[in-house]
Amino acid sequence: MDNTGLALFLVGWAAATLRVATPLIFATLGEIITERAGVLNLGIEGIMFMGAFAGFAAAFHAHAAGLPGYLWLGMAAAMLAGLLLAGLMALLSVYLGVNQHVAGLGITLLATALALFGFRSVFGENAVLPRVQPFAQVELFNSVPLLGPILNQYALTYLAFLVVLPASAWLLYHSHFGLAVRAVGENPEAADAAGINVYRVRSLAVLLGGALMAAGGAFLSLAQLGSFSPGIVAGRGWVAIALVIFARWDPARGVLGALIFGGVFALQLRLQTLGFTLPYEALLALPYLVTILALALTGRHAAYPGAYLKPYRRE
Amino acid sequence: MKIERRAAPLWLRAVIPLLAVVLTFAVTSALILLARANPLQAYYYFLLEPLSNRVSIIEVLVKSTPLLLTGAAVTLAFAGGFWNIGAEGQLLAGATAATAVGLQMHTASPLIAIPLMLLAGFAAGAAWIAVPALMKVKLAIDEVVTTLLLNSVALLGVSALLNGPWRDPISQWPQSPEIAAAAIFPRLIPRSRLHLGFLVAVLVILLLWFLLNRTTLGLQMRAVGLAPQAARFAGIPVERTLLRTALLSGGIAGLAGVSEVAGIHYHLIDAISGGHGYTGIIVATLGGLNPLGAGLAALFIGLVDTGSQSVSRALGVPVYLGDVILATLLLMTLALLLLQRYRIRWTRDRGAM
Repeated sequence: MDNTGLALFLVGWAAATLRVATPLIFATLGEIITERAGVLNLGIEGIMFMGAFAGFAAAFHAHAAGLPGYLWLGMAAAMLAGLLLAGLMALLSVYLGVNQHVAGLGITLLATALALFGFRSVFGENAVLPRVQPFAQVELFNSVPLLGPILNQYALTYLAFLVVLPASAWLLYHSHFGLAVRAVGENPEAADAAGINVYRVRSLAVLLGGALMAAGGAFLSLAQLGSFSPGIVAGRGWVAIALVIFARWDPARGVLGALIFGGVFALQLRLQTLGFTLPYEALLALPYLVTILALALTGRHAAYPGAYLKPYRRE
Repeated sequence: MKIERRAAPLWLRAVIPLLAVVLTFAVTSALILLARANPLQAYYYFLLEPLSNRVSIIEVLVKSTPLLLTGAAVTLAFAGGFWNIGAEGQLLAGATAATAVGLQMHTASPLIAIPLMLLAGFAAGAAWIAVPALMKVKLAIDEVVTTLLLNSVALLGVSALLNGPWRDPISQWPQSPEIAAAAIFPRLIPRSRLHLGFLVAVLVILLLWFLLNRTTLGLQMRAVGLAPQAARFAGIPVERTLLRTALLSGGIAGLAGVSEVAGIHYHLIDAISGGHGYTGIIVATLGGLNPLGAGLAALFIGLVDTGSQSVSRALGVPVYLGDVILATLLLMTLALLLLQRYRIRWTRDRGAM
């Protein structure tokens, strides 16, 4: 590979890294906010899947009805679906106080089945996958030498890095609500004594998280693919669960983790298309293995929110 | 109004799963109406049609076989206080080990091949849970996420094998070559799909019931599950007991993988599980963390699985309705189980809400 080839390869790789990281950023930040309130939402995989489906189905029909901005309507529908599923999660885990992990898995199973049921009901068994014209990447930077392709990204990618990340960090660390979220996640009894409504704050965190997770799923169907298929999320929700721990529940470190994963993922894809045979599964398993290793190393000192997995019940 | 803790009366424990089933069907009939079908007709195809002829009764048993095993695995783990969310990965590990053994058995007798495969599958499942179990016992690291993440690792591992050394040399499909004839489970009923795995699964359920209810180790396991601090006070070696619970649970889930390879598919594919590990959590919850209850729950879920295909054939309702019903059933049971632990007392005292 000569120098120009190498530069093109690196630029393409960097651009792809940002694209791959985008849905993970939405999902990871959603899970961080949720877990900071003391709720582990294992519904994430299913909520992303439902977001991908609801977003696609709504966009498809809005487009057929000739509505402008059909993709953004799809995005809104996805987030609404995420809110509904997160609402169910909040009802079960916050108000009823059932096992968070079993409830979360139940949400994933339910959302997955509902989305598949919905897809089959709405679109039938077509041999050809229904499609919409997906989001285009902004082409503002064509004149920028070399870095242009890196800067030409989806609006949603810009949104993830420039809006959702700073907003999440501000919300958690500098707002009243964030203070309440961290309080109910660390020590709900003390928060309650301080006059914070534990149930309401936890539920709001779960809801906000669910909307973000669904948006991450919808990025896959509305930006990356323009279609919906059963394998669309493919474990990205579980990757986000791992990234949250890797990030020690901090939004900025969560985005860093998503970028690292995105980089590895984009690299293996590129090397494969260049004809290298490599055990890409080993690379894809890295986030899980690194997370487990990190847990083993930090051990008891892992920065779990104090009330992680613990339902709160007012006596 | 006041919510109080209480111990559940026995009748309530039996009624809760039934109530959950009834409520689930009531809720999901909205979807059936959306799919322009008659709910009552749909329930007939779900629950009764599969029992109306010999072929589909056998199919119910075939479908429930892996669920009996993953259900038993999760029941033991949850009852023993180890939140094993990784039955899916342990099943895949068991299936991989069974395939590895099965591929080498071309000159062996079934009497050697089959026990060897079961042993290998059990050991692989136990090995797959060993890391989270040790992290829990030695480092007090929560097992929910570690067991869950290892599911994805197991799936990637299977996929690496199927795209690499085990890729079928003839078809070039990502599936392993077929295991030796000696390694294939014998049929329990000639020319049917019902295989030895069902017998193994029933035996495991019965043994697990005996273990948990009639042995000291089982009582210790349940004591640790109920109240680890109290168990420690009573002199039970909590860490060692938890470790045994986890390893045994992983091993049983591994047997489900053996059963699917040797009884149904005869080679390893990456869809070998298709979620049986996660369904095991539904089985265990619906069965009230009791092995016999799990047995009934697995048979019921086998029935719904078989039924969803007849509903789909007869009424044109998407086959995924079955999965929606099962997931709803899980959440419904979780919510109703609160009735078992709490009761609502209507009072007029001051400070009532």
